[in-house]
This record gives sequence, C-alpha cells and structure tokens, in this order.
Amino acid sequence: MNIIVCAKQVVDVSEMKVDPSTKKPILQGVAQKISDIDKNAMEEAIKIKDKNGGKITVVTVGPSDAKERIKELLAMGADEGVLVTAPDNIDYHMTSTLLAEAVKKIGEYDIILCGEASIDLFSGQAGPRLAGLLGIPQITYAQSVNAEKDKVTADRNMGDYAVTTESTYPALVTVTKEINEPRLPSLMQILGAANKPIQEWTSDSLSSELKPMVETVDLKGVSMERKNIVFQNDLDKSVTKLVDSLAKEGALRG
Amino acid sequence: MVLVFSDNKNLTFEMLSKASELAKNLNKKVTAVIIGKTDDALAKEYISFGADKVFVAETNLESFKAEEYTDILGNIVKETGAETILIGSNKNGKELAARLGGKLNAGCVIDSNNIYLKDKKLTAERVVYSGNAIAVEQFNSTPAIVTVPSKAFDRLKKDDSRKGDIIKKKIDAEKSTSKILKVQEMKTEGVNVEDAEIIVSCGRGFKNKEDIKLVQELADVLKGKTVGCSRPIAADMKWLPEECWIGLSGHKVKPKLYIAAGISGQIQHIAGMRDSGIIVAINKDPDALIFKSADYGIVGDLYEVLPKLTSAVKEKMG
Ligand SMILES: Cc1cc2nc3c(=O)[nH]c(=O)nc-3n(C[C@H](O)[C@H](O)[C@H](O)COP(=O)(O)OP(=O)(O)OC[C@H]3O[C@@H](n4cnc5c(N)ncnc54)[C@H](O)[C@@H]3O)c2cc1C
Repeated sequence: MNIIVCAKQVVDVSEMKVDPSTKKPILQGVAQKISDIDKNAMEEAIKIKDKNGGKITVVTVGPSDAKERIKELLAMGADEGVLVTAPDNIDYHMTSTLLAEAVKKIGEYDIILCGEASIDLFSGQAGPRLAGLLGIPQITYAQSVNAEKDKVTADRNMGDYAVTTESTYPALVTVTKEINEPRLPSLMQILGAANKPIQEWTSDSLSSELKPMVETVDLKGVSMERKNIVFQNDLDKSVTKLVDSLAKEGALRG
Repeated sequence: MVLVFSDNKNLTFEMLSKASELAKNLNKKVTAVIIGKTDDALAKEYISFGADKVFVAETNLESFKAEEYTDILGNIVKETGAETILIGSNKNGKELAARLGGKLNAGCVIDSNNIYLKDKKLTAERVVYSGNAIAVEQFNSTPAIVTVPSKAFDRLKKDDSRKGDIIKKKIDAEKSTSKILKVQEMKTEGVNVEDAEIIVSCGRGFKNKEDIKLVQELADVLKGKTVGCSRPIAADMKWLPEECWIGLSGHKVKPKLYIAAGISGQIQHIAGMRDSGIIVAINKDPDALIFKSADYGIVGDLYEVLPKLTSAVKEKMG
C-alpha cells in the first residue's frame, strides 16, 4: 500500500512570546516543530503499513530548514521524504496546489493522511483542498481508522454527530489528536533516518506562476485584558469576596 | 452576489445579516442556499432575515458528504456568478468550504468573526496562534469563500414583509464513492455550550469521574446548568461527552460567566473561552497560567472551594 503523509513545520505556539508594547506575537526565533496532529497522521500511517505493508512518503511544503523536521518523521518510520520549498506569501491555495502536484509526481498512492488542522493557524484547509484538487473522497476528523486491502473505514467526530465513513482507494483521511499517541523514535531509528532519502523540489518545478489568492496584510496583537484579582489564604473570605464581586458585576443573574 | 449556506439555519440567519451589509457595500444581492428537500417555510424565513433570493437545490441525498455538497455548491456558484460565499463554520461547513476552495481554485478563510471591505477588497479577520494574534486576511480574487462561526454576528430583526424570489432546481450531484455507514447523534440533554450564558468547567485537577458533580452542582445553582471541560477530561478520561470540550480543538464559547476549576490554562484551552464575559479560576497552584487569563481567582483546593462557593452562591441568590 502506498501511503502519503502531509506534514507541516510550524512555530511552537506554546513557546511564543508577545511584544509587551505592541501586543503582537514575536515570530522570530521561536522554536519550530512538526505540527502535533501531523505526527498523529504519521503514527497512523505506520500502523497502516505495519498491517498492510507498503511504503510511506512524507511531503512537506515549507522552508528549506524543514528538512531537519522531516528527519524526525523518517526516524518515526517514514521511508522517504519530499520537501517542496515554499515561495513567500504562501496561502492555502498555493500550499494545496503544490501538495497536489507533489502527490502526482510521487505517482502511485492509495491513502493520503493529514492532521485535521495545523496547530499554528488551525484552518484545516490543506486536507480537504488537496482532496478536492485530486478529485478523491475525503474522510475528515477521523478518531479511528481501519485500513484494509481494498477499503478504509473511519469513525469521525463531526461535532453534533459521530459518523462512520467507508471509502475505496484512493482516499484522503484527516485525523484528530485523539486517534493515537505518536511514538518517540529510538536512538537507532534516529541514526538510521540519516540514510533515508529526502528529495527537494522547488515550487516552480511543480507549478509555475502560483500567486496567493489570500494575503495576510496584518497580524494584530490581542490584548487579553483581565482584572487578575486573585484571592488567597483565608478560603471562606475568598469565597465571600468572589461571590460579592460577581454579584456586583451582575454575573449571577444568568 | 453574496451567497450564504449552512446546514444549520441559525448560523444562516446570523450570516444573512453580515451578507446584507456586504451586499449593500458591494451593490449586490444576497442569495441563501438550501440543499436538500424543498422547505418553503425555511426559505421564507431566510428572506425575512435578509435574503433577496433563496436558491433551493433539490436533491435526495440522505446525509452530508463534503464531496457531493461541494459539487452542488460549486455548480450554484458558477450558475449564479457569486463572488462572495459565506459558509457556516461547523465541521461540515469547514470541510465543505475548503474542498470548494480547492475545486474552484478560490481563496478561503476559515472561522472569521470580522468581515469587511478594505480598499475595495474583501477582508476577513481570524484568530491565529492559539489566540496570540489576529490575522487580517485580504482576498486578491473571486470567488472568495469565508466560513463564519456561530455567534460571530447578530441576526437582523426578522421582517416578515420582506419579499424575495424562491428558485427551485433539481440538482444532480456527482456521486461520491465514499459510503456513510453510521450516523449517531452525540447531543445529550442540557444547554449547548456554545449557547450557554454561564459555564462551569473542570479539568485534570479532578481526581475521579464522580467528582464532576461538584461542577454540576455549582452550574445548577447558577442556573447555568452547563458544564464544560478541558480536553483531557473529554478526550482521554472520557468523563464528559465531547460536546462539553472547550478549546482550540473543541468548542469555542462566549458565556457571560466562565468558571474554570482545576484547569491549568494552557493556551489551547484559553483559545476556546477567551471571549467570555467574566472569567473565574480556581486552582491550587498560585502560579497556574489560568490566573493570567482570569478576572477573579481563588487559590485553593477545588474540593474545598467548590462546595463553599456553591453554598455561598445559593445564599446570595436567595
Ligand atoms: C493540538 C492541540 C490541541 C489541543 N486542544 C485543546 C482543547 O481544545 N482544549 C483543551 O482544554 N486543551 C487542548 N489541548 C491540551 C492543552 O494543551 C492542555 O494539555 C490541557 O488543556 C490541559 O488540561 P487541564 O488544564 O485540565 O490539565 P492540567 O494541565 O493537568 O492542569 C490541571 C490543573 O489542575 C490543578 N489542580 C490539581 N489538583 C487540584 C485541586 N485539588 N484543586 C485545584 N486545582 C487543582 C493543577 O494545579 C493544574 O493547574 C490541546 C493540545 C494540543 C497540542
């Protein structure tokens, strides 16, 4: 079975600092990592390969230093990596077009796995857009996946409904964080990953004249202005003070 | 034309108000889309909430499949020449919008709660980096697709005297090869967290499933009756259903009062409740992050604080 995993390099949001005067996030110098949920997609790919055999190719559209991150996925169990170097001002239209062209160039595939969304921007566009461009079924928000020889079945969390969907191949599946616990590669696996191939493709070689359809014209800071009144020590007094404050603010009237 | 679609009618009502405002500035009309069986009553309601036209795509599809809905909506976009497309941001809507973006080679912005024209270009703002910033996204091309979460916009006052055309058309969707084997409703009784005015939430500070009753009791005396939780409580422990799960990957809520007990305040949780009116935190760790995002906090053991708080509220409210 030929399995493709789409993985994105993102800033580690929990390490991000905010400029105290402008309240804007400081993006420079923040540690980069593979988006958490894409690692869940990687883990699921390994399980599918363990069961059905085959090959796992990881595709990343990102800056050239993302190569280091791809190595982590190779250490986890991917067989081969592809890095498509991203142009500036990249939007989801460009990312998904490049992913689609990369998938076509890779050639044979049965199943494409993506995270439900990346943890930096959390749009969840890449998977469904890619499925749309390739004209294949999309099975989103999978919380469990059962891939068999000729079909894949998934239980999906659709908010108000739990939906079980089945599809023949090829199909694209997006997974949630709950689906599994991504493995930590062993030292041997990390060393072994150095010998696995990573291809680098330029975006121009895949699709020329790509232009963003959506541009981020500004990144505004958010001020989380809260009163930060904290009561401690005497518990009974704290509770009374809290209830009085809430009553004064009219918050107890529902 | 500004096109509006959601399989949730309340979301459509809310989007119609924004669509009307945009349409006025663009000098265009608003069309609401219904996919499925003809429903004249609903179509009329859409008109009274601001639609100039309702397009009913008659199909006999039994359940939602993004592939098929994308095909139908894509055909409607082509037929009507719609430039701006607003789609309700529930899970169905998001995967539909993104696939449609791929199919039509169109720009798409997910989860926008502020949409306007700037320099004559459609502009949509969305929260990014788990709530650390707001990205201002501008469209360079049409059609432009934006998904809108619930409660982002207030619906217009219902005006039953408004007139509009209802167009019905049989549409054949390209059949998807995927099959839906089972659909199970996950709703239980109680108020939906997204509509709740008061929410009391619990996190990993709770030691046992039975202890959740401490938040239930406080929610009950507050007449909010709505319980929420952090991700581990719903996803890992499964002590509460997923409809209670609040945060980046759960529900986004905006109650007037949000009380978080035994929740550390990681950014992914804050992302789901940061727009709440008043935020109260109860945590035994004085350095817990949650206090930075709270208006009021009590440092203490929730097992002592919650019962005291419940009886103090009861007393206060009489
Ligand atoms: C991609 C991604 C998406 C995520 N999405 C979400 C999401 O949607 N929602 C979400 O909530 N999280 C989400 N998370 C997880 C998030 O990062 C945190 O791990 C999670 O919110 C922690 O839950 P918690 O606060 O309940 O538990 P903990 O972080 O373990 O905190 C427990 C708190 O309880 C306090 N405590 C313990 N005992 C007591 C006591 N007796 N009395 C009072 N206080 C006590 C402790 O001091 C501590 O602060 C996501 C993470 C990732 C990576």
